[in-house]
Amino acid sequence: MMDIFLSCLFAFLVGGAFCVIAQLLLDLTRLSPAIILVLYVTTGVLLGALGLYTPLRELAGCGASVPLIGFGGNIAEGIREAVDKDGLLGVLSGGLTAASSGTAAALCFGYLTAIFFRARPKRL
Amino acid sequence: MQNKQEYLALTEKRAARSPVLRDCFFAFVIGGLICLAGQGLRSLYLALGIEERPAMTLVTVTLIFLAALFTGLGLFDDLARIAGAGTLVPVTGFSNAVVSPALDTKSEGMILGVGSKIFTVAGPVLLFGTLAGALYGVLYYLYGVIFV
Repeated sequence: MMDIFLSCLFAFLVGGAFCVIAQLLLDLTRLSPAIILVLYVTTGVLLGALGLYTPLRELAGCGASVPLIGFGGNIAEGIREAVDKDGLLGVLSGGLTAASSGTAAALCFGYLTAIFFRARPKRL
Repeated sequence: MQNKQEYLALTEKRAARSPVLRDCFFAFVIGGLICLAGQGLRSLYLALGIEERPAMTLVTVTLIFLAALFTGLGLFDDLARIAGAGTLVPVTGFSNAVVSPALDTKSEGMILGVGSKIFTVAGPVLLFGTLAGALYGVLYYLYGVIFV
């Protein structure tokens, strides 16, 4: 019971902290939201490459994997496993394989949304 | 609009309406809650007998689906206006960044219009994720060849 409480607490705190860092970048710099997403994915790859992503995910669970950092961390883990298995070819195959379900989900649900919904006028 | 000073004063006033501390509070709480919801979904999938790794992937896919649905219903923008980075940074923001331009370009055609605009943000994210990953892969491979 205590374990579940702690894992939820860490998921909330770590996930929230990643969002605060991005909010500070949005408010205090001229970085656009899209650039921040790119920054987070590459940071995730860097964390994975340094071996920091896996322990972070073990601590915070979805607090680490749900922010876009996790997308990058997955890419790094996938590359490492693919290089271990297939050698140099893994450099090319590992990353997109690890990112495939998230990307495919976003593309498929995105296209279905475009079919079934209408764009709304933007409110300012 | 009378002159440049007035315009600058007006934009200053508008821009000042976004106090950093309040933004950070909402980003923290809403972003944290989305991750907490993910953690809840993970427990649910684990309880259904799904292994750890596919369970984590399913959590991501579920959140992407919900964010796409909310974007279609027009509710995502309302939440994002309050949450700021709180909805941007979780995978929900990635989903919204894929769905939203796709939805907006229906009029340009369902094949070439939507097909290209759907990658407006997904393109850069995938490109630089792949590039960074490949760079790491080469270094990791060379390290293995030279030192192990």
